[in-house]
Amino acid sequence: MAKTIEEINEKIKKGKAVVLTAEEIIEYAADKGAKKAAQEVDVVTTGTFGPMCSSGAYFNVGHTKPRIKLGGGKIYLNDVPVYAGLAAVDFFLGATAMPDDDPRNKIFPGKFSYGGAYVMEELVAGKDVRLTATAYGTDCYPRKSLETYISLKDMNEAVLFNIRNGYQNYNVAVNLSDRVIYTYMGVLQPNLGNANYCSAGQLSPLMNDPLYKTIGAGTRIFLGGGVGYVVGHGTQHNPNVPRTDKGVPKMAAGTLAVTGDLKMMNPKWLRGTSFTGYGVTLTVGIGVPIPILDEEILRYTMVRDEEIWAQVVDYSEAYPQCIPGNLGEVNYKQLKSGKITVRGKEVPTSGLSSYLRAREIARTLKEWIETGKFILTRPVESIPSVDSGIVFKPLRERPIKKK
Amino acid sequence: MQKKRLVLNYPPHIVEQPVISKLVKDYDLTVNILRARITPKEEGRLVLEMTGKRQALEAGINYVKELGVEIQPLAQDVKWHEDRCTHCTACISICPPRALDVNRKTMEVSFHRDKCIACELCIPVCPYQAMEILF
Repeated sequence: MAKTIEEINEKIKKGKAVVLTAEEIIEYAADKGAKKAAQEVDVVTTGTFGPMCSSGAYFNVGHTKPRIKLGGGKIYLNDVPVYAGLAAVDFFLGATAMPDDDPRNKIFPGKFSYGGAYVMEELVAGKDVRLTATAYGTDCYPRKSLETYISLKDMNEAVLFNIRNGYQNYNVAVNLSDRVIYTYMGVLQPNLGNANYCSAGQLSPLMNDPLYKTIGAGTRIFLGGGVGYVVGHGTQHNPNVPRTDKGVPKMAAGTLAVTGDLKMMNPKWLRGTSFTGYGVTLTVGIGVPIPILDEEILRYTMVRDEEIWAQVVDYSEAYPQCIPGNLGEVNYKQLKSGKITVRGKEVPTSGLSSYLRAREIARTLKEWIETGKFILTRPVESIPSVDSGIVFKPLRERPIKKK
Repeated sequence: MQKKRLVLNYPPHIVEQPVISKLVKDYDLTVNILRARITPKEEGRLVLEMTGKRQALEAGINYVKELGVEIQPLAQDVKWHEDRCTHCTACISICPPRALDVNRKTMEVSFHRDKCIACELCIPVCPYQAMEILF
């Protein structure tokens, strides 16, 4: 018998909802049978905690006396430049932004020890940051410079807004060259010295709803330790990739855009992150509840690590030069065992997404729902699925004519 | 038999003396050099693992100290900031002596100080600056 989100919410409010994590549901449903489990279980909670570069936050810091028009000027938070092309005292901080005087990769490999993601972590931790700005001055906004400490509680709004998070599956990165390479998939040792992967696998939100049957615009989620919402599909959302017969994509596919009040978040779940030789990023904790509306939806949540496959890709040449193809497929059970076999060689594996923390998020969300603190929402719009006709385009360059 | 991992700081005037061979021959110690470095000012820094009878170890350490070599346990120089670690496992495949290890059932990372050889390979690999080695 099918359930509705409203019926599940009634049970949550009465403290009677049956909630399991995406890890717990596997054994439970195998034991009880999918049909019975679908009747008994109301919600399955998922989780992921990994580096997600397309993250950022917007702020409104209130007006100074006399007024200053920061929009169109230059603004820094702890020397990290923020985007100032908005109204007078609104601005946007990107996770990967870094101080103008950071040496980047001039001394290779660069450390990238500070940037936008760290500013976000510090703000969420309640710390003061330095807001410095210059403006051009107008009749209505005469002031031209500003230097002050500011913290999250001083601001009118502070909102996390991530345009691409929660990637549904990802490459497994290796290095076929004879030198160490420094990538967004970590430090890769030469001659297949290691293999790095980045997904929570069977706990990952979009792996448990592979065809986006329940997750959509308006879905309430765990975000950075607080409550957030799915805005819609994220950038580079690419549902049309090869999938298993259970609908699980075998390579990077769907993505989510998410938002939430930064003031409600916790620095444990929003971490400044530095990839040597690559850059700064934000590690984000996301947990999505999946309402078990029927047996089909429950079956998707039963997905196991051994049923989720990823492509092994060479990051020394194939990835940077966009050479199609891969070095084989491996599953997340193999990846989590600590070694995989590539071209007949045993290669040790490392994760970049924390499975331990993903489990903690799924459990936290489970507890929030069980205690009635978190109510599910019905999405107002679905995420484009395999029938959407979406094509993931490369940038086709057209030379600019010189006049 | 006892085993100790130690960091030795040599002042410049001892760098050319045969200290290790004395430890082996006169004190009957097994010495495994894990790392060695001589700075431009000719100060030496050695990371050693010494194995031997307790008394012999103490006598060997005293001999080195009397020469004017600063000596301290390696453990003091290596820090795993557990509060910064997210248990992502990025370090696991890179650590030669498996001092950084993961429980495959829980996927929880742990650091075994006694196994660390202070090679520093984990430093650029950890995205969260959870490892610190003062060498």
